[in-house]
Amino acid sequence: MSIRLDHVTYTYSPGTAYEMHALKDVSLELPDGHFIGIIGHTGSGKSTLIQHLNGLMRPTSGHVYFNDEDIWGEKYDRRNLRFHVGLVFQYPEYQLFETDVITDVCFGPKNQGLSEEDRMKRAEEALRQVGVDESLFRKSPFELSGGQKRRVAIAGVLAMNPDVLVLDEPTAGLDPMGRDEILGTVAGLQKQRGITVVLVSHSMEDVAEYVDQLIVMNHGEKAFDAPPREVFSHYKELEKMGLAAPQMTYIMHALKERGLDVDVHATTIEEAEESILHALGRK
Amino acid sequence: MSIIKADNLNYDYLEYGEDGEKPEITHAVRDVNLKIKEGQFIAILGHNGSGKSTLAKHMNALLVPTGGTMWVDQMDTHEDDEVWDIRQRAGMVFQNPDNQIVSSVVEEDVGFGPENLGVPTDEIWKRVDDSLRKTGMIAYRHHSPNKLSGGQKQRVAIAGVMAMKPKCIIMDEPTAMLDPNGRHEVIQAVRDLNKSEGVTVILITHYMEEVIYADNVFVMDEGRLVMQGTPREIFSHVDELHELRLDVPHVTQLAHALRLKGLDIPEGILSIDEFVDAIMKIRDGGAVSDERKQALGENPEERENKADRENPSLT
Amino acid sequence: MFKDITIGQYYPADSLIHKLDPRVKFVGTLIYIISLFVFHTWGYVLGTVFLFSVIRLSKVPLGFMLRGLKAIWILLIFTMVLNLFLTQGTVVWQFGILHITREGIGTAAKMGIRLVYLIIGCSIMTLTTTPNKLTDAMESLFRPLRKVHVPVHEIAMMMSIALRFIPILMEETDKIKKAQMARGADFESGNVIQRVKAMVPILVPLFVSAFRRANDLALAMEARCYHGGDGRTQMRPLVYQSRDLAAYAVLLAYLAAAIVLRAVLHW
Repeated sequence: MSIRLDHVTYTYSPGTAYEMHALKDVSLELPDGHFIGIIGHTGSGKSTLIQHLNGLMRPTSGHVYFNDEDIWGEKYDRRNLRFHVGLVFQYPEYQLFETDVITDVCFGPKNQGLSEEDRMKRAEEALRQVGVDESLFRKSPFELSGGQKRRVAIAGVLAMNPDVLVLDEPTAGLDPMGRDEILGTVAGLQKQRGITVVLVSHSMEDVAEYVDQLIVMNHGEKAFDAPPREVFSHYKELEKMGLAAPQMTYIMHALKERGLDVDVHATTIEEAEESILHALGRK
Repeated sequence: MSIIKADNLNYDYLEYGEDGEKPEITHAVRDVNLKIKEGQFIAILGHNGSGKSTLAKHMNALLVPTGGTMWVDQMDTHEDDEVWDIRQRAGMVFQNPDNQIVSSVVEEDVGFGPENLGVPTDEIWKRVDDSLRKTGMIAYRHHSPNKLSGGQKQRVAIAGVMAMKPKCIIMDEPTAMLDPNGRHEVIQAVRDLNKSEGVTVILITHYMEEVIYADNVFVMDEGRLVMQGTPREIFSHVDELHELRLDVPHVTQLAHALRLKGLDIPEGILSIDEFVDAIMKIRDGGAVSDERKQALGENPEERENKADRENPSLT
Repeated sequence: MFKDITIGQYYPADSLIHKLDPRVKFVGTLIYIISLFVFHTWGYVLGTVFLFSVIRLSKVPLGFMLRGLKAIWILLIFTMVLNLFLTQGTVVWQFGILHITREGIGTAAKMGIRLVYLIIGCSIMTLTTTPNKLTDAMESLFRPLRKVHVPVHEIAMMMSIALRFIPILMEETDKIKKAQMARGADFESGNVIQRVKAMVPILVPLFVSAFRRANDLALAMEARCYHGGDGRTQMRPLVYQSRDLAAYAVLLAYLAAAIVLRAVLHW
């Protein structure tokens, strides 16, 4: 179920004074079953990019392929594509509209044309997987806390059983615990369902911990596309783009400069701990 | 003298269930006592629902305590006559950058507060110019707020508060909806105002990296004030903070983890430089002989002093 | 479609018309509209000369102004056709029950010109005046109504807040629509009832969001000491300059000329 972008360019208001390239000649592949991170500052084109993945935006030039089929080819069913590539927008709780939680989650499956029974089954499963308690199923979504609403909204996309789940900054505005819980849930889903997950984020720390492929966007162009530790080794270039590597990268480089033989590729606290203990001969 | 003082402050409200019967009492703030001195930079930490925003709204009389007293610049917020004076003295910046800008032109929005206070026209313009300059937004004075970034919008909101000439700015999670660059921009702007204008800043947040600059940190949980101290003191309690659903900077966490493994690292490490120095001290102290240390011409104490000098913001 | 409406848009330029007090422009537009209904035949020449002189002075390109007509061309043709076929009088052309009369041609032309001039006239006002100034002008002109308990200040404040939030809510609508499309919502097919029903997933979140914003904004305004119009000063108080008085004189002369043409000369 891989997605492939082939020389995709997207231009706002082409041919006018307001012409702006949101994406410039982006080619990339999102392989099956991977956990992929997309990072970039505001205005780097990452939101435009993900809306190309499920055909909400049409490239000005270039092609988008899902399972090797051009999604802008004649007769291609893009509505059906959206059930395979589930997209969770930023602040997704603002799209909830039904009178109770479970009916809202059923909206996607209903659009897929599933029977009442199948919809409920899907909705219940999705809600359970994102950690929404059964006692909340019949409550109005507007009564829930911010974190719970967000889970319900994610379940709303998950219930369509997508092969690819794209999340645009799913942790924006949450407190640290809420953030860790959502990221943990998403990582769990990826393993449990074996689906491809694309996570758009501002936070290098979040990405470092979970993803196995990291795409860095800068001014509408793809700046890096590699495993995280490889991307973070370019931390000086990342800084020039207004991004920063995880704090661990800076610590490890600083230690190395002072002559301690540590692994500069360590990006998580656990890795750093291990490497420092080792270098100090305590292990 | 304290600009803000809470005496046994409590705030309860009734929550009606779906069926409309049996209202439940929610204790949003319980028995809070605090004093904030003029000119300080204060951070209030707590997870969502810990009562920190409710407490903040008491500081400019948007909410009035149901028990106890809140004093703002020696005025009791219970006094209806003083409510506008209190709000002029203690301005507030909110979380959502879009929902607090009133006008469709930046400079007119900054003038909104002074207009409400009845400031004469010439004086309004002086204040607007001044506030926009201090927040670095003067170049955008004729812009529409809709065309600005989140961080810029929050700076406009700060300028709008500054134009009221407050003694104190209360910021209720001003960076929660911003990207890292926007967050940095906003925190930098208030730190500058705190230093150059002597405005008291009360920053409510759950981002730890914004807290390390504070003079004093208050931590809230379930409506109560549960911790209080300098950032270094607060961050010495990594495990307690985790229990309170809070984060600590990654470098502090790493130091803590290594300390648990038996390394002799001080608690409450806040910066990378401090950490690196601590590790070097261990290496030189443990694995290297005394002669080597002398050869390097350094002793551990000197290095410690150096670490402090490198981090003036922390002292 | 919204892009075509030039009424309500502001065209920044440095011209005499831009500099005029917004109250003058507001009153001037009213006078111009009245004159359009006073004119009979030759009066339209006066109206045309006046209109084009003002356009010239405003430095707004004519093409930009005419674009505003695109939004109303259906209404324009409808009005003209209706007048053309339904006016009684001397028949000049007949086909079955359809007929065109000499009077019909006259009325249709007159209605067409009136409508076009009316739209252009209003466009000049909005193109040369920022929405905020326009609101100030209305607040100031209608201030006497406060005596009969019309909340003039509050209405003006509501208008300026609406102007600030319209673009935000439009953008939000677009976002919600896309989010629902990502969940397979279909806004394009189906009959009228199905399409209206399909709007529910957009409208409910939009209303919820509008109320949330209103709530936040009210709190933010209170925190900045807003307590109605009493005791409030203005950042840009409206003060008439000599050019504004001159403009009023020109407007009065124009209105007098229109009345003389119609009532005295019967042109």
